[in-house]
Amino acid sequence: MLRKLSVIAAAAGLLVAGAASPAFAAGGAMHAKDVQWSFEGPFGKFDQAQLQRGFKVYREVCSACHSLKLVAFRNLGDKGGPFYNEKYPNSNDNPWVKAVAKDYEIADIDGETGDAIKRPATSADRFPAPFPNEAAARAGNGGALPPDMSLLAKAREAGPDYIYSLLVGYVDPPKGLTVPTGGHYNPYFPGDLTSAWHGDHKNVPKGGFIAMAAPLKADLVTFDDGTKSTLDQQAKDVSAFLMWAAEPKLEERKQTGFAVLIYLVLLSGLLYASYKTVWRNESH
Amino acid sequence: MADTAVGATTEPEHGSDPSRRDFIHIAAIAAAAGGAATLVWPFIDQMNPSADTRALASTEFDLTKVAEGQQVTIKWRGKPLFVRNRTQAEIAKAVADDNVNLPDPQKDADRVKPGKANWLIVGGNCTHLGCVPTFGGGEYGGWFCPCHGSVYDTSGRIRKGPAPTNLVVPEYAFLTDTKVKIG
Amino acid sequence: MSGHSTYQPKTGFERWLDARLPIIRLGYDSFVDYPTPRNLNYWWTFGGILSLCLASQLITGIILVMHYTPSAAGAFASVEHIMRDVNYGWLIRYMHSNGASMFFIAVYIHMLRGLYYGSYKAPREVLWLLGCVIYLLMMATAFMGYVLPWGQMSFHGAVVITNLFGALPLVGESITTWLWGGFAVDNPTLNRFFSLHYLLPFMIAGVVILHVWALHVVGQNNPTGVEPKSKADTVPFTPYATVKDGFAMSVFLILFAFFVFYMPNALGHADNYIEANPLVTPSHIVPEWYFLPFYAILRAVPDKLMGVLAMFGAIACLFALPWLDTSKVRSMRYRPTAKIYFVFFLVACCILGVCGAKLPDDPVIPHLTTFQLMGSDLNSYVWLSRVASLYYFAFFLVVMPVLGLVEKTLPVPDSIASPALSADANKG
Repeated sequence: MLRKLSVIAAAAGLLVAGAASPAFAAGGAMHAKDVQWSFEGPFGKFDQAQLQRGFKVYREVCSACHSLKLVAFRNLGDKGGPFYNEKYPNSNDNPWVKAVAKDYEIADIDGETGDAIKRPATSADRFPAPFPNEAAARAGNGGALPPDMSLLAKAREAGPDYIYSLLVGYVDPPKGLTVPTGGHYNPYFPGDLTSAWHGDHKNVPKGGFIAMAAPLKADLVTFDDGTKSTLDQQAKDVSAFLMWAAEPKLEERKQTGFAVLIYLVLLSGLLYASYKTVWRNESH
Repeated sequence: MADTAVGATTEPEHGSDPSRRDFIHIAAIAAAAGGAATLVWPFIDQMNPSADTRALASTEFDLTKVAEGQQVTIKWRGKPLFVRNRTQAEIAKAVADDNVNLPDPQKDADRVKPGKANWLIVGGNCTHLGCVPTFGGGEYGGWFCPCHGSVYDTSGRIRKGPAPTNLVVPEYAFLTDTKVKIG
Repeated sequence: MSGHSTYQPKTGFERWLDARLPIIRLGYDSFVDYPTPRNLNYWWTFGGILSLCLASQLITGIILVMHYTPSAAGAFASVEHIMRDVNYGWLIRYMHSNGASMFFIAVYIHMLRGLYYGSYKAPREVLWLLGCVIYLLMMATAFMGYVLPWGQMSFHGAVVITNLFGALPLVGESITTWLWGGFAVDNPTLNRFFSLHYLLPFMIAGVVILHVWALHVVGQNNPTGVEPKSKADTVPFTPYATVKDGFAMSVFLILFAFFVFYMPNALGHADNYIEANPLVTPSHIVPEWYFLPFYAILRAVPDKLMGVLAMFGAIACLFALPWLDTSKVRSMRYRPTAKIYFVFFLVACCILGVCGAKLPDDPVIPHLTTFQLMGSDLNSYVWLSRVASLYYFAFFLVVMPVLGLVEKTLPVPDSIASPALSADANKG
C-alpha cells in the first residue's frame, strides 16, 4: 500500500511542480524562445569568445543607460570570465582588465584637497553607473528607470532566453493597438494590453509596452574576432554576457556539483552495502 | 560512527568472509569521514579575505605630496603605513648607527630602495603589540610607541623597549620617480 | 522502553566520568543500545535526515551572518557580496537557501508518516505536540529568513504576512505597527527579523532535544502500530538504525546536492534578485512553496479576518489531532477506510499547493466560463481551493472523530515479529 501511496504522492508532486510554473495575468507575454546556450546542462561552460563579444555590446550600447554596479573590472579576468587568462591567476594583474578599467572614470575625493574628483578606474573598482542617481536615470529616460544589469539574467523568468527574445522581439504593433508615447510594443515584455486594445476583446495581443526602443541592429557593433555582427548574434552574445555577470560562479558550481554527486552516489552505494551486511541475518 | 563498524562485525555471523564485511564498513565510514572533512574546507576558507578585499591589497601612492622632513600616514590593508621623506641629517644618523649593537641588526641601505635613501616606507604598527608609534619621541630621533615604550630610530629600527624587531618594510616598487606601488 | 541502562564503563576514565557526569551513558543508552522496532521502513529515516537538515542550516547560517549586513541599505548588496566575493560564499548561500526547502520536504514527509501510522496516538501525544511546535518555529524562521536578502519578494512577502495581523479586531493596527517598528516594513523590521531569525533555530534545537527525549520515553512507533513486546521485536539502535539512517541521509543528500549545484534558483523567485522597492509590487506575489497550501486556505475565505483564522486553524488542527482521532487501531495499515481518506487528504494538500501558486480568479480549465458564485466563477482556483480547504478541515474535524467509531478495521497482529515473519514467507 505504501508503495502505491508513494507513487501517488510522487505523481501529485510532479503535478504541483508542473502546474505551479509561472502564471501570468490576462494577455501576458509570449514564452521566451529557447536558445541553446553553451552554459546549459551539467557540464555547461561559458564561451569566452561569446562573453568578449557580449561585453563589447554591453560596453558600446547598453552601458549608455544600464548600470552594472555589482560587477568589478577584476571580475572580467576571473576564471570563467571574458578576459580570463591562465597567465594571470590574479585578475588584478590582467592587462586586458587594466586596459578596460583605465577607460572608465570613477568619482572620488582628493585625499589632500577634499575636492570631488574623477580618477581613472582600477581593476578593484566596480563598473560606474551611467547616471549619478535614480532620479537622474529616470529624467534621462522619459521617466522609466533602466534596470541595473548585474543580476538581470537571474531577475527575470527564463533569464537569458528572455533577454534574447526581448532584444530580437521588437515588431510593429498589431492594428488596433494604441501605443502610448514613449512606449514600444514588444510581445515578450510582460504587461496587460487590454486597455490599449481596440480589436476583438478575446484576442488581446500578448506582450506589453517597453520604454526602451529596440537597442540593437545589424552592424551596430564591430566584433574583434570577425564574427558577423547580426542582430541575432549581438542579442545572443549580450544575453550570455549578462548570464555570466549574474552568475559568475556558474562554471565552478557545475564542476563542483559533478564531483559532489559522484561522491554521494559512491557513498550511498557503500552505505547500502554496509546496511545490507548489518541487517543480513535480521528479518524485518 | 566508529562504534558502528566494530559493533556490527563482532557479532557472531555466519556466511561470508568476515574480513570482507569489515572492509565494507570501514570503507563506508572512511568515505563519509572524507566527505565531511572536505566539506569543512569551504567553511574555513570563507573566513579568509574575500576577493574584493584581496583586490585592494595593493595601492599606488604619489610621493609629490610629501615634502622633505615630512611624513604621510596612509591606510594600507586596513593598517597605517608611514611614508617619510627623510632629511640628509636623518639619513646620516641612521647610516652612522649601522654598526652599533642593534637588537635586530639591519643596515639602513637595506631598508630603502637604492638611490632613494630619502624615502623610508615602513609599516606603522609597533612590532610589539601593534600600537601606532608617534614620530619625534624617544632619544633616537625616530618613533616612540606610547603603549609600552618601544623606541625606533630614523630608519625605523628598534633601539630600546619590548618590541622584538624593526618596523616592517612592506613590499613596494617605484613605478616612476614620484610614484610607488605598495603591495 | 528506555528500561535500565546496560552501559558498562570500560576504562578508568569512563568510570571516573560516569560517576560525575554520566554523559557517555546517556549517549550510549540513547543512540547505541536503544531498542528500535525491527520493522521500521524508510519513512522512519526522516527523523535523522531532519537532524542533518537542522545542523546544516545552523552551520551555514552562522557562516552567512559573518558576511551579511542587516540593514535595508546594505542587505541586498551584502548577499551579492557573499555570492561573488566571499570564498565559497555561493556554495554556502545556496546550501542555506535550498536547505530550507529540503528541511520542509523532510518535515512534511515526517509529519505525513506520523499521520499515516498514528504516531500521535497515546502515549505519544506530547511527542506529537512538540513536533507541531517545531513545525511552527520552522515556519516562523523560514519566513523571516526569506525577508533577509531584501529582494522584491522578501519585502512584499513581509508586507503581506505582517498585514495578516491587521485583520485582528481592535488591536490589529497597533500590532502591525509594533511588528514593523514604523509605519511600513523598513529597516527596523529587517533588523528585528534578523535577530529573531538567528534566535529561533536555537529554540528549534532546544525543542528537538525535548522531542527526542519524549521519543526515548515512549519509544518509537512502527508500521504495525503494535508496541514491541519482547526483545525479538527490537534491534539495538546501533548499528541497525544508524546504518540505515546513514544510507537514507546519503540518498537525501543527492537530492539536496542536485538542487544546490544544478538548479539553485528553481525553488526561489526571479523577483528576489531585484532589490526591494516599496513603491512597486511584483506582478504576481507568491510565498515559498512550503507555505502555498496555507496561503491558498487564507485566500479561499472571502473575509479577511476569517481567512486569517482559517489559516491558523489549519495548523491548530494538527495540535488537536491526538484528541480528534477516536480510532482504537493506531496504524492505517489496518484501517482500509481511513487509508482512502488519507490519500484524498494528500491530494487535497497538493491541490491547495497548486491553488496557492495561481491567481485566484484564473480558470482551472482554460477558456471555460460557468456561472458566478460568491463573486467568482465556479471554474476558478479560488473555488478549487475552497473545496480542498473544506476537505482539509473535514478530514481532521469530521473523518478522524467519526470514522474511528464506525469503521471496520483489519485484524491487528499480536506482535511486531509475527507479521514480519509471515510477510517474508509470502515474499518467497
